Parts: sequence; C-alpha cells; structure tokens
Amino acid sequence: MSRTAYRNHPTWWAFAIHRVSGVALAAFLPAHFWALGLALESEAAFDGLLRWTAHPVLKLVETGLVVLLAAHLAGGLRVMTIEFFAWNAGQKNAVALSAFFALAAGLLFLLNAVA
Amino acid sequence: MGTIEVRVWRGTAEGSYQSFAVPRRANQTVLDLVTYIQRTLDPTLAYRFACRVGMCGSCAMTVNGKPRWTCRTHVARLDGDVMTIEPLKNLPVVKDLVADLAPFFDKWAKAEGSFKPTAAPGSDFVVVKPDTAARVAADAGIECIGCAVCYSACDVAAWNPDYLGPAALNRAWTLQNDVRDGGKAARLSAVAGDAGCHACHTQQSCRAHCPKGLNPSAAIAGLKRAALGALLKGEL
Repeated sequence: MSRTAYRNHPTWWAFAIHRVSGVALAAFLPAHFWALGLALESEAAFDGLLRWTAHPVLKLVETGLVVLLAAHLAGGLRVMTIEFFAWNAGQKNAVALSAFFALAAGLLFLLNAVA
Repeated sequence: MGTIEVRVWRGTAEGSYQSFAVPRRANQTVLDLVTYIQRTLDPTLAYRFACRVGMCGSCAMTVNGKPRWTCRTHVARLDGDVMTIEPLKNLPVVKDLVADLAPFFDKWAKAEGSFKPTAAPGSDFVVVKPDTAARVAADAGIECIGCAVCYSACDVAAWNPDYLGPAALNRAWTLQNDVRDGGKAARLSAVAGDAGCHACHTQQSCRAHCPKGLNPSAAIAGLKRAALGALLKGEL
C-alpha cells in the first residue's frame, strides 16, 4: 500500500513530467545563454565549444534535452486543448501521444547525430 | 473464505494504525468491513455512513491510499489480504475514520455554489431544452453527491489550503450553465481568484477518482475559459 497510490494515473504522471521537464529546462537555460554569449566573445571560443559538444556523451545529453523540450511542448499543448477547446475526452490517449511525440523527437535527433 | 487483515487509522491528526482480522464474505464492501469491526470487535471505532447505496456521499474514506466511496467498493475487487483504511485526506480528522467536512462545504459557499433565482415567485416554469450547450454542460456535473473524494485526491488542495477544490468549482460551473440563475457575475469573480479555478494544475486526480464518473477538471477548464472571456470583455 502506497500513501501516494491516488497519483498513479496517466494525467498525474503527465503533470509530473511536465513539471520536472520545465524545471530541468529552466536550469539549462543559463548554460544555453552562456554558450550563445561565447559567440559574441570570439569565433574560436564558440567553435571550441561546438567541437566539445560533438563528443558522443554530449550527444546523449543533448538527446535528453530534446526529449525534455518535446515532452514539455506536447504536455503544454495537451493542457491548452483542455483549457481553450474543452477537449476532455481520451486523455489517456492524449498523454500517450505526447509521450510518443517526445520519444520520437529524441530518437530522430539521436539518429541524426550518429548518422 | 478466510479473513482479511484490516489496518484502521485510530486517533485524530496524531494516532496509529490498529489491525483487525475480519472474515471475508460474498459481495462484501469496504463499508461492511468497517461495520463488522465496529459492531463485533471494537465499538469505539468512529466512522460515518448513511444510505449504503452510493447516494448520500457520507462514507468516503482512503482505502489503500486512494479515496473511495466505501459502500460501493467491493473488497473482492481490491488486491491482497491486507487493507489499510484511513480518513479522507486534506480535511481535519474528527476521530478515527471521520473527517470534518465543514471546510469542504465552506468552500462551496465561498465559490457561490448556491442557486440565485431570477424569476419572481409564482412565475411560470422556464423552458430549458435538453440539447442546448449550457444544459449539456450543466448535466455533465450535476450528479455530484458531495462525498469529497475529489477534494481528498487533489494535490492542489493539499498544497494550498485556500484552494476551493474540484467539487466546489464543479458546482460553480454547473450553476454558470443554469440559464435560470442570476448570480453568474458574482460567482465568476468568486472563483477567478488566486485560490480558484486558475490554481488547478490539471492533474485530473478528481476525474480519476470521482465515484460518479464526473470530470471536475473539465468544469474547472470551463471556468478558466469563462474568466478569460469576461476579462477580455472588461467584465471581471
């Protein structure tokens, strides 16, 4: 028996993923801006960073970022369809579709990275 | 048929679990287990019920971590030989399995959850066609029995003690769709505050656990839309 058994349903997990991905993306933003800022500093510095990100481990990390971004986007669109278009039917399918979209986006990025 | 070990919350906010061995019976409900304990094993156990047929909304408890209407929850449908029964969450505990529903219903009042008639006494019946959008929207939420299962399942209600909660907001949305009602503007401003419809995170635990199969989350989304519409028109 779990004290949080009431949370174990698709739309609660969708909420959790939306929240966690949002926090993780917000935490990543400073690094993103710092990277872009390097380009203003010098071309060599920015190219150095790009070479560093070509490392396979970094590609995996970037795949994770793509999955987070796609999950946050799909989750946000799902909630907006509920709030603005009263689309409440088939929420289980809508959550599954969001998850599929996020994983497919990550896989596409990864395939593109190794190709 | 053997016995089932029932772990029951004893106490108020502070307390502990007490285990009872209850014989299994055919077609036994969770309410039957609690009644057996109170009548046969320990008459000091406090719990609440009235109709036993899923109409009154007074027997809701937390069963194995999920809020449920105990009179219509069959023991055979729940897994395992150990069951944990606690009072509803997000409400003060009076004693043992009895939660104090006063804060829950106070929030219905705060959400302007009562009908405000516009017609003069003695005037003719208003015709409300069943297939109109407003009637359909009102119908979707009108079967609420006020059991507080949704309120107990709601994380936002746990995190924000002022949050009006799914049931009160569902009631408000039902009335916003009642063409005879005259309290719509006041109701919309009552539910559009910080602790009203906009506080909902659309986790939809209310929909997942409502024993009547209602969707308070959809009602809350309706209120959000109505509030935005009123804001754009300068009415809020």
